[in-house]
Amino acid sequence: MINIFEVNETNNMVEHENLDVRTITMGISLLDCIDSDLDALNEKIYNKIFSKAKNLVNTGNEIEKEIGIPIVNKRISVTPIGLIGASACKTPEDFVTIAKTLDGVAKEVGVNFIGGYSALVSKGMTPSEENMIRSIPMALASTERVCSSVNVGSTKTGLNMDAVKLMGEIVKETAEMTKEDDSLGCAKLVVFCNAPDDNPFMAGAFHGVTEADCIINVGVSGPGVVKTALEKVRGKNFEVLCETIKKTAFKVTRVGQLVAQEASKRLGVPFGIIDLSLAPTPAVGDSVALILEEIGLESVGAPGTTAALALLNDQVKKGGVMASSYVGGLSGAFIPVSEDQGMIDAVNAGALTLEKLEAMTCVCSVGLDMIAIPGDTTPATISGIIADEAAIGMINQKTTAVRVIPVIGKGVGEIVEFGGLLGYAPVMPVNKFSCEAFVNRGGRIPAPIHSFKN
Amino acid sequence: MKKTVITVVGKDTVGIIAKVCTFLAENNVNILDISQTIVQDYFNMMMIVDSNKSKKSFGDLSDEIAKLGEEIGVQIKMQSEDIFNIMHRI
Repeated sequence: MINIFEVNETNNMVEHENLDVRTITMGISLLDCIDSDLDALNEKIYNKIFSKAKNLVNTGNEIEKEIGIPIVNKRISVTPIGLIGASACKTPEDFVTIAKTLDGVAKEVGVNFIGGYSALVSKGMTPSEENMIRSIPMALASTERVCSSVNVGSTKTGLNMDAVKLMGEIVKETAEMTKEDDSLGCAKLVVFCNAPDDNPFMAGAFHGVTEADCIINVGVSGPGVVKTALEKVRGKNFEVLCETIKKTAFKVTRVGQLVAQEASKRLGVPFGIIDLSLAPTPAVGDSVALILEEIGLESVGAPGTTAALALLNDQVKKGGVMASSYVGGLSGAFIPVSEDQGMIDAVNAGALTLEKLEAMTCVCSVGLDMIAIPGDTTPATISGIIADEAAIGMINQKTTAVRVIPVIGKGVGEIVEFGGLLGYAPVMPVNKFSCEAFVNRGGRIPAPIHSFKN
Repeated sequence: MKKTVITVVGKDTVGIIAKVCTFLAENNVNILDISQTIVQDYFNMMMIVDSNKSKKSFGDLSDEIAKLGEEIGVQIKMQSEDIFNIMHRI
């Protein structure tokens, strides 16, 4: 039988170390909603999502109460709209009507984000996918809860540099269209390489076409729990350090597994995956940067940061994999700047640069995340940043992503407030030298040699 | 049988156990195990109970016992045993 010390350990994690389940995300296929009539399509989308997700928030709240673990977000991901709208949408404006439908149904069922306003164009774009991508700035400016993502490359296909170029322009345009809110639209737009079909975390969640009709994916968290566990092994060698991270990750992930099983049972929807990610929040102590500092760095960004992050990421996976029956999604430590107080402090202290963050993304999920850059950064430079991240993903057979926010009207060192879980960030400097001629070449970067495994 | 874990944490005072047990008896909740310790001068009690025969829902019981805790000046939490089993047992 469970003893009082075990009970106290669990409750301490919740009460003092910010242990929570970050999200229950219901993935819903919209393939059966496809229609050539735009109004009919919108109606079918609304009805399908409403019928599947109407009990999602209540069920999440019930589970939260019964087991005593906060479930911070309840969310929905849908099949990429670039596919779903292909037959009905002739213009970018047509696609925006779908974004508004998604926003409306998200509000109706009470989820805080709905992901899947997406296009998968890793090798090429159909005309409708291009229209969908061109509609993103308008869609994000005219909705509140819709999240958008575009996959511009993969290890198998190489990089679609036409899409990379276009996305530089789209990110900039989104920033312009939401400039009254510190370019907040860009916080809901992710550019991926090797995007997974089952990621429950926003803004990059979508319900891939390889998935079943409806599934439950769960994202766990718990940087604060890992940090506290590591405080007890200060000065010990790497073996002790790694074992401690592994055991803690196991416990944290088990909570996610329980929540996923319960949600799946109560909603009558199959369980998809657990995403084993250490996802920070702006809350004090809920920081991945502080874990790295606890491992032995004066500040995140110091030499040794990449190695510390690599071991952290690997041990989290090793501990988490055994704790769950199915693992998927992004699964790794997230390093969003604006959502992590330790990262913000490191940027302010001059310890952490964009280039170091890029190096860190080689060894963890996911990429350059929630980074505010000067509003006068050119679309070509943004495309260059996207191309660099995508190349890291393509060559290393991992997911990488870019979610940068060119904050219109602000320059290096100024502070941008996004609010809530999205936090705040100082604007970081970007390399001033041009990559325009590179980005403007057009076409594709071929798939790397190690993708030919057949 | 699905078991429930009740934890009571707070400053030690007379009658905490009595009040909690009375509440449970009135609601037909059977106590299976009690353990108690003092951690850093704080009263710390854990009960494993069977609340399946109570007429009230888990949510109502949980709200009412938390309210009782506020009246006594301690924090009372009611949780399904599952969370502890899954975290601490393979």
